[in-house]
Amino acid sequence: MHELGVTESMLDVVLRHAARNRATGVTRINLVLGDSSTVMEESVRFYFDIIGKDTIAQGAELNFRRVPLKAKCPECGEEFQVVEYDFTCPGCRGTKTEIISGREFQVESIEIS
Amino acid sequence: MEIEVLEGVFDANEMIAGENRRLLDEAGVYMINLMASPGAGKTSVIMRTLEGIQGHLSGAVIEGDVAGKVDSEQIAATGVPAVQINTGGSCHLEARQVNGALKRLDLEETDLVIVENVGNLVCPAEFKLGEDLKVMILSVAEGHDKPLKYPLMFSESDVLIVNKTDLIPHTDFDMVALEKTVLKMNPGVVVFKVSCRTGEGLQEWNSFLVKKVRDAKQAAACS
Ligand SMILES: Nc1nc2c(ncn2[C@@H]2O[C@H](COP(=O)(O)OP(=O)(O)O)[C@@H](O)[C@H]2O)c(=O)[nH]1
Ligand SMILES: [Mg+2]
Ligand SMILES: [Zn+2]
Repeated sequence: MHELGVTESMLDVVLRHAARNRATGVTRINLVLGDSSTVMEESVRFYFDIIGKDTIAQGAELNFRRVPLKAKCPECGEEFQVVEYDFTCPGCRGTKTEIISGREFQVESIEIS
Repeated sequence: MEIEVLEGVFDANEMIAGENRRLLDEAGVYMINLMASPGAGKTSVIMRTLEGIQGHLSGAVIEGDVAGKVDSEQIAATGVPAVQINTGGSCHLEARQVNGALKRLDLEETDLVIVENVGNLVCPAEFKLGEDLKVMILSVAEGHDKPLKYPLMFSESDVLIVNKTDLIPHTDFDMVALEKTVLKMNPGVVVFKVSCRTGEGLQEWNSFLVKKVRDAKQAAACS
């Protein structure tokens, strides 16, 4: 629902790093998006087409790398993929597990010209 | 040429949330971020909480709404400081807006700031505000199947308040099923079952909150 603002923030990050590297154009944006993020890929693409216009990132290809929701159990050390938000450790049935991936929305790298 | 960036899109928000945290810590203030769907009872719970903590803590409220100032006026009428934020269409509060609101409150005279987030079960979960405690409300009218539809908020909240328990006899709401689902998603969550209509369960919530705030103050004093 909030992808306009989120896409603006993403574009800010991209343009800041592009400027720092004296880019004249951005051809590709490599993003990491966790499966449990509320951000919708399609909405980001939609807004990027609009707000990327007239910036050096106009027309850049958006590449999303999806990351599954994973947790780690501090009791037995098990790392596991969380299915249907059940955070119970499949190793020891422990419940103090901690998320290790799946929440992120990150600009991993950009390709510039 | 490929350039490594490795920067989170929410990093900027989180930096400001950290600044809010510093503002609050300096003044010894505890902040809760209250999230729920529209109509679940956020404003009602706030009013009841302010009543309940009277004489124990001095409260202040930050109201986030898409438009209007009905909620903040309702709170200000009770004499409690209230600041309204209008997000103008945005579906959640961001740390930057809360930062502006905190600067309009007299934090030295405040123990507890309650932030009423915009009515929405999706986006507010994604934006840290610098709060000590994330509290969400589910009203029984919304149904016990909501956690699996809106998992992020249920799994991120420290406290779940199930409100409008007075309506349970009129619905097919299944409290046992709800708790079972939520505890799998979030084993550490503390659940309170309340009715802002009858007052049931509110005392437990208020005592819990007062204790949290006092414990935080004590921990800060010792460090
Ligand atoms: N029956 C019943 N109604 C409630 C309860 N709590 C709140 N309400 C009603 O629900 C409606 C929405 O409440 P409000 O606090 O404004 O919700 P908000 O939009 O989340 O801030 C109002 O008409 C309240 O009177 C409750 O415990 N029981
Ligand atoms: Mg309200
Ligand atoms: Zn384990």
